[in-house]
Amino acid sequence: MPADPDTAQAQDPPTTEPSGAVIRPAATLAALRRLAPYVRPHRRALLGSGAAALAATLAALVIPLVTRRIVDGPIARGDLSPLPWLVGGVLALGLAEAVLLLVRRRIVARPTTRIEADMRADLYSHLQRLPIAFHDGWPSGQLLSRAVQDLSTIRRFLAFAGVFLVVNTITALVGIAILGALSWLLGVAVLVVAVPLVALTLRLVRRYAVVARLAQDQDGDLATVVEESALGVRVLRALGRGRQITERFVAGARGLRRTELRKVRLQAALWCVLVLLPEAAIAIILAISAWGVATGALTVGTLVAAVTIMTYLYWPIASLGWLLTEAGNAAAATRRYWEVRDVAPAIVDPPDPVDLGPVRGRVEFRAVRFRHEGAEADVLRGVDLVVEPGETMALVGATGAGKTVLTSLVGRLADVTGGAVLLDGVDVRRLRLADLRTAVATAFEDPVLISASVRENVALGLPDASDADVWEALRVAGAAGFVEALPWGLATRIGEQGLSLSGGQRQRLALARAVLGRPPVLVLDDPLSALDVHTEAEVEAALRSVLGGVTALVVAHRPSTVQLADRVALLEDGRVTAVGTHRELLARNATYRDLLSSPDAERVGAA
Amino acid sequence: MSAGTTDVDLDWRGVGDDSEEVTRAAGLRLARSARRLVADLLRPRRPAVALALLILVVENAVMLTGPLLVALAVDTGVPAALDGRPAPLAWSVAGYAACGLASSGLRAAFLLLSGRIGQDVLLELRRRVFRQAQRLALEWHESYTSGRLISRLTSDLESIDDLLQQGLDGLLGALLSLAGITVLLLLIDPVLAGVVLAGFAPLALLTRWFQRRSRASYRLTRTWVARVIVQFVESMNGMRAVQAYRREARNESIMEQLNHRYRDANADALLTLSWFVACVRAVGNLTLALVLLLGALRVTSGALELGALTAFLLYLRRFYDPLDQLAQFMNAYQSAAAALEKLASVLETPIGVPEPAHPRALPVPVRGALAFDRVTFAYPRAPERVVLPEFSLTVPAGQTVALVGETGAGKTTLAKLAARFHDPVSGAVLLDGVDLRDLADADLRRALVMVTQEPFLFSGSLADNVAMGRPGASRAEIAAAVEAVGAGFAHDLPEGLDTDVRKRGGRLSAGQRQLVSLARVVLADPAVVLLDEATSSLDIPSERAVQAALETVLADRTALIIAHRLSTVAIADRVLVMGGGRIVQDGTPGELLASGGDFADLHAAWQDSLR
Ligand SMILES: Nc1ncnc2c1ncn2[C@@H]1O[C@H](COP(=O)(O)OP(=O)(O)OP(=O)(O)O)[C@@H](O)[C@H]1O
Ligand SMILES: Nc1ncnc2c1ncn2[C@@H]1O[C@H](COP(=O)(O)OP(=O)(O)OP(=O)(O)O)[C@@H](O)[C@H]1O
Ligand SMILES: [Mg+2]
Ligand SMILES: [Mg+2]
Repeated sequence: MPADPDTAQAQDPPTTEPSGAVIRPAATLAALRRLAPYVRPHRRALLGSGAAALAATLAALVIPLVTRRIVDGPIARGDLSPLPWLVGGVLALGLAEAVLLLVRRRIVARPTTRIEADMRADLYSHLQRLPIAFHDGWPSGQLLSRAVQDLSTIRRFLAFAGVFLVVNTITALVGIAILGALSWLLGVAVLVVAVPLVALTLRLVRRYAVVARLAQDQDGDLATVVEESALGVRVLRALGRGRQITERFVAGARGLRRTELRKVRLQAALWCVLVLLPEAAIAIILAISAWGVATGALTVGTLVAAVTIMTYLYWPIASLGWLLTEAGNAAAATRRYWEVRDVAPAIVDPPDPVDLGPVRGRVEFRAVRFRHEGAEADVLRGVDLVVEPGETMALVGATGAGKTVLTSLVGRLADVTGGAVLLDGVDVRRLRLADLRTAVATAFEDPVLISASVRENVALGLPDASDADVWEALRVAGAAGFVEALPWGLATRIGEQGLSLSGGQRQRLALARAVLGRPPVLVLDDPLSALDVHTEAEVEAALRSVLGGVTALVVAHRPSTVQLADRVALLEDGRVTAVGTHRELLARNATYRDLLSSPDAERVGAA
Repeated sequence: MSAGTTDVDLDWRGVGDDSEEVTRAAGLRLARSARRLVADLLRPRRPAVALALLILVVENAVMLTGPLLVALAVDTGVPAALDGRPAPLAWSVAGYAACGLASSGLRAAFLLLSGRIGQDVLLELRRRVFRQAQRLALEWHESYTSGRLISRLTSDLESIDDLLQQGLDGLLGALLSLAGITVLLLLIDPVLAGVVLAGFAPLALLTRWFQRRSRASYRLTRTWVARVIVQFVESMNGMRAVQAYRREARNESIMEQLNHRYRDANADALLTLSWFVACVRAVGNLTLALVLLLGALRVTSGALELGALTAFLLYLRRFYDPLDQLAQFMNAYQSAAAALEKLASVLETPIGVPEPAHPRALPVPVRGALAFDRVTFAYPRAPERVVLPEFSLTVPAGQTVALVGETGAGKTTLAKLAARFHDPVSGAVLLDGVDLRDLADADLRRALVMVTQEPFLFSGSLADNVAMGRPGASRAEIAAAVEAVGAGFAHDLPEGLDTDVRKRGGRLSAGQRQLVSLARVVLADPAVVLLDEATSSLDIPSERAVQAALETVLADRTALIIAHRLSTVAIADRVLVMGGGRIVQDGTPGELLASGGDFADLHAAWQDSLR
């Protein structure tokens, strides 16, 4: 086996540990304490399980004492009359141990799995409340590994290691106390061996916690690569880059393997120390008590009992190392979990919301400024624009002008950083999110589809919408025809991201979603870019009938889409520099003309 | 599987092929392939495994010597010491201490070794599954979903990791000490040993029961955790839509269903385990009581030494400790086996578009003539709906062809066939006269690059994303490609080409993402370019810049440009109008304009829009 190049550096704390700090056992406890809100409702079960485990261990510990009675009593004296009682005692204790083991596991099975599920559900709903900006910044693999791997680590810790960490520590202490009661000399001797070894253990555990965190982070990164490789598989295929992404993945997996090996090394060291502890204790007990027997200070029965007790303590003590590493894993997992939970949702309901009432649909941008988090310059630098109720306003601008940003402000998918967006004269930030988003439907430039039925994709947020409504929306979006042709109609499952449909079909599904329920305000980001002229004309005709009473803000790159609008606004340098009808702008605005007409196309016409 | 789904409302998922149903026969087959996979993974590591076993044997031997030395100390050492000869006692104590040291060192050595074997196996498994996924057909990805693949490569692998970490140790260690202790027990007292061995019968029955019950539970946990992951991943990716359409509540109720199923499957497995562990322990303790009773009788009757009984009792305890471990192993094994089945089934999925065993070479330099020879194609998920019926088309080398047509006509499908995302059902696609199925993948990709309808950017720097067009391209070449497509925005980014474009390129606008995809092609510089609505989100001036770049940088290249905008189509030498999987019009732009029809309509609509 080749030598691992990182053996030498295994001693150093990894550089990627976020705080850069060494994790102390106290910090481990502090992290685990954050599980309290979830553990508290189930504390009876967990305590009960701990008690059962302790009782089981104690029952197992008492067995050698009874054994001593048998060895020192009936066997030494040759008097067999108390034997049945004593053996009966062993039998009873033994069965009690088994029953207690059963009870211990049974009572934690449901609570711990419930804690895991509850924590996951809470994380999930918390994530759903965090703004889009958060999601753009966080790799989804990192979120996923928190929601799945970390929580199962925590569950396993609570169900097993956590309980045994306590129980085994108590067992070890009680065992040593019994030993001390048998002979104080033995108790003291064991304590003397224990102190340095325990100190060493704590050091190792501290180092382990740091590596555990690193491993979990790397695991999340790996999940991210897998996700990208699956979602981007077409691009990878088209460019023939399967090999490269595989190499990237394998490099990540190798990194994880290195970290895992560091964990293994620390675990091995821990086992080494913690196996030595009981073994050394047994040797010392043997020496002292044999000497005691030789000098007549102790009986043979005591010797046997002492050695037996230590043998019983072998597993409780030796397993402490492993249990402590599990605690380290769980603490790191808990910390990672709360890192996300502690992010406060930036876009929330106002404390004193204004009731929206029936929506007329007047949308006003008043000196709107927007700057992305961490960016140096504003994308929008004072946008003033009014879309009157029932009006359809097209928004035209160069690539990267900020059209998408502007559209996302209406439904508060992002909040303005200056100025205000008003709906019917009320700042959208003073409305309840649910009310606002019921009034405003937004279709994005990329149709966001999920691997579920067509119906579910269209009725995304309105699961109770009737089939008739869904069909109606599909008809408006010009999608009814191809949906009918799907093998199971509305119930057909479409592939992930809707990629088992053609581009235009996907876009029309997304459009149908926006018009379902006839929201008073429609925000459409380049909704027809993937449609051919005929389909576009059909959809436009249908949309026009819908848009009659609806206020619409429509981003457009094509002249044909612009024709859908009553007026057009030109977004330029972060401001709306011109508003007017298509014809007007074409006649008087050079930038506009340049954006929407093409000399090449004229060339064809001339040909 | 079916038992798990019937009582949950999963209508929202819609009807599709679900390759997850496990029948009994399929279950057996899966279990077999899982075992084959394990054997295959361990084979190259045989020496290491043998060494690990050896260490374990020695460790167990050492651990077993311990109680013997204790017995020696009690039976010989103490009486000798009482007689004034402390040497035997001293020796046995020293021996015990030495054993302790050795077993602690051996434990560490074993852990290091087995940890390395385990991690190597995991790495190899990860590598294989990932590579396989990269080879599998797009069809597979569409129905398998990224979430399930992630769950295979993370959650499933984790349960295998568990098995390797605790399980292997548990199994090997337990089996060895069981064997060793059995021998010792037989040596010390065959009668008592007989009692102990009789306990095996119920244990074997218990194990069988446990195996069957827990495997079913663990299969369910794998399935449900994968669904949880799919739901999670899709919600995160579609967060925009989730929030804009207030799907939060709906999502929560869906997640709750899945989460609860997963929780229940997990709890089920744990409950099964609880019975198993308790029963094993009960059998153990019963045996202990019996041994005590019989042992006492035998010692008083003089058939057995007191020290021997003490040693026997000590060993007995050690005999049952590994049984607990064995139970843990069984548990980890059942869980890992369920995961391995899933992985094995991914690995055994036939690759839809396999590379030829004996690839043919393209002429050098590649000319770039593309031909469809009576190609019939239907997507496997809808085999009865033929997308391209007997489609024939020849594109001579160097021609720029525009492809227009109503949505769903099959334009993208045509391009995908040319890029060999799929193979035709019948007929052939030829590049320079060579059937694509006879080409090595690397050759094909070098010669022909497609820009897909949906641009996909990977998290990482802008430069890295462009460099995907040609790995190893120099910085200057990347900058030149970006410059060529007119992606001036790159200068305005805070760190220029090194700016992180974020997840899916979220840092850029839709048009900017398309420019990045186009820069990739310019960098790749292939003989044939397929652009599938690659400029649909660009404003017209930007699009013109791209076209100018393609005309100069990719001069004399064959190009197939799919578009809906007249401005995109205008530069073509030849226009094809597609309808219902067939070419309905074919000619130069001017000819088509004169003859009326779809292209003329496109032009009319455009002229109309400028009025
Ligand atoms: N998270 C971000 N941080 C900083 N800048 C960003 C971020 N997201 C987008 N931008 C920048 O903001 C600008 C506006 O982006 P937006 O998506 O609104 O453009 P757009 O007008 O919709 O363009 P397109 O027509 O290409 O869709 C772009 O220049 C983009 O690079
Ligand atoms: N992966 C797939 N699985 C099953 N059917 C598919 C798949 N991809 C496309 N189809 C179907 O094949 C037909 C042709 O699709 P294709 O994507 O080739 O259309 P297109 O001409 O590119 O349309 P658009 O202009 O909308 O992109 C459509 O009816 C579509 O639903
Ligand atoms: Mg945009
Ligand atoms: Mg298409």
